[in-house]
Amino acid sequence: MEGYLAIVIGALFAGGFYLVMQRNLLRFVFGLILLSSAVNLLVFTSGRVTRGAPPLVPEGAIAPVGDVANALPQALVLTAIVIGFGLTVFALVLLLRVYERLGTVRTDELPVRLADPRPATERSGEEAPA
Amino acid sequence: MSALIVAPVVWPLATAALLVLLQGRVETQRRLSTAATAIGLLFGLVLLAQVSAGGLQVMQVGGWDAPFGISFVADHLAAVMVVVNGLLATAVAAYALQDIDPGREIAGYHPMVHVMLAGVNGAFLTGDLFNLYVWFELLLIASFVLLTLGNRREQLEGGIKYVAANLVSSMLLLTGIGLLYGATGTLNLADLAVKLPQVPTGLATTLAMLFLVAFGIKAAVFPLFFWLPASYHTPPVAVAALFGGMLTKVGVYALLRTFTLVFVGDVPLTHGLLAWIAGVTMVTGVLGAAAQTDVRRILSFHIVSQIGYMIMGLAFFTPLGLGGAVFFMVHNIFAKANLFLIAGIARWYGGSFELKKLGGLYRYRPGLATLFAISAFSLAGIPPLSGFWAKLLVVRAGLEVNAWVLVAVSLAVGLLTLYSMTKIWLAAYWSPLPEGARLRDGPAPLLLLAPVVALASLSLLMGFASAPFLVLAERIGAELTDPASYVRAVLGESVASAFVAAREATP
Repeated sequence: MEGYLAIVIGALFAGGFYLVMQRNLLRFVFGLILLSSAVNLLVFTSGRVTRGAPPLVPEGAIAPVGDVANALPQALVLTAIVIGFGLTVFALVLLLRVYERLGTVRTDELPVRLADPRPATERSGEEAPA
Repeated sequence: MSALIVAPVVWPLATAALLVLLQGRVETQRRLSTAATAIGLLFGLVLLAQVSAGGLQVMQVGGWDAPFGISFVADHLAAVMVVVNGLLATAVAAYALQDIDPGREIAGYHPMVHVMLAGVNGAFLTGDLFNLYVWFELLLIASFVLLTLGNRREQLEGGIKYVAANLVSSMLLLTGIGLLYGATGTLNLADLAVKLPQVPTGLATTLAMLFLVAFGIKAAVFPLFFWLPASYHTPPVAVAALFGGMLTKVGVYALLRTFTLVFVGDVPLTHGLLAWIAGVTMVTGVLGAAAQTDVRRILSFHIVSQIGYMIMGLAFFTPLGLGGAVFFMVHNIFAKANLFLIAGIARWYGGSFELKKLGGLYRYRPGLATLFAISAFSLAGIPPLSGFWAKLLVVRAGLEVNAWVLVAVSLAVGLLTLYSMTKIWLAAYWSPLPEGARLRDGPAPLLLLAPVVALASLSLLMGFASAPFLVLAERIGAELTDPASYVRAVLGESVASAFVAAREATP
């Protein structure tokens, strides 16, 4: 089971890093979402995967009986999901603001727009970036 | 043991919550925020006194003993950093009352500062890696808001780079944490120090590299520093001073902590790499600064350059080197933040951060010129200011381990730093006022001047009365090279003696 998950995590990381390296910032944010899912799965898997054995303590006992799932990584993942969610939402809002104020979400256009916020079609004597 | 350890974390968080409730009542927020920052400093001082008197302080949160619960640990390094953070925050809080415009205050400047302070103190005091990640995220999200608050186009453009680099770094940090947990089954720093040696060295070193990259982005070392000079010149001066003084140093602190306590399985490789990083970081930072003409951009590049010195002390991995790195860090936090604040006052008079548009400050405002000279020449390491002692410690540590090249590089970079500071001095202070420009009349507001005078006095104090600070640096260096004392404080005597025995058994 860990082997399959490792392949899934690897694929998510590859896709995430591919998107993170794009010039379009929206794709960058999508890349972050993939990366954060990959990391969450990785943390989860690193606690080893146990099926159908919840870490519950039977009545009267002081510890769970037999091999049970590791609860700690699940708690960690839960925290990481919440944090990742918050950061992703912030990144999207920031992106929206950048689009509103600078009129572009392309990293190579940003410095141009910073000097001159008009869209490329309205700038005279300059070539619009491809 | 005592709940005092978490006070520097809980206090700013509670303040932030209260400030959020007072949203819209700016006058009350300003008073409460300033008072709370000063009280936060008191908590830090009490904690440092307690650590000095009683040694390492440990608190196991929620009554679960380590390694099962989350530990908070205050050693000298952590306590000193909390105090320094409190000092800087108090100075900047006063400055911000004048510097931050009402629009930003209404939008939530005050609560965000306290959230960030909580995150910074949490990162210093935690004894658990996942918890460290959480504190990093807390200070990051607050810093994102502070950086982009105001919505100016430059801020947004800089903010995107800052956010992007730091989010990727957080992902890598969490990846490292996940894999480390998979390999050892624990995330408590003391427990990791005990258990990581049982992991194959190759795997442990690979994990160390993951953490090096993650913390390296946050500390802005070569080649991962590009986000810093791209963003630190955009927010208001008070925010830039907090960021430039404190935030990158949290990354350095994390490197200091993990690469003295946990990742010490293959020191020639990891710390040899750190030595290279230190040298190249120093050189690229200072060369980048030489090409700039905006005061804030020059200072931003110097942040990068001086991170190099701290990493250099860590790379030597001797008590003297580590103590020197910490001394350098503390000196740098004060001097660097002060230079940002002084640049803000220079703009208050001259109306610009651009060197070409400034001038005549020495002739017409000699007091400000003196304050600038103290901080700038301290940064460049001119004796007997604080920067001189900082550099002396690190260089002496280098000579002890025969790292001639790195020592030579650091001294050359010191000269180039002096060049940069002289450039600002010549253009903004010494040269006559440019045609058509005039300085604003009257003395700058007391709220701007007082914090600058206070921080400059700290630089002078660390320079002229350096003995107690040097003793403290020595103690910190000794503590960092003795992980057994950390393990003993967190996990108890029996685990610590087994740890020491295991370390002596391996060659």
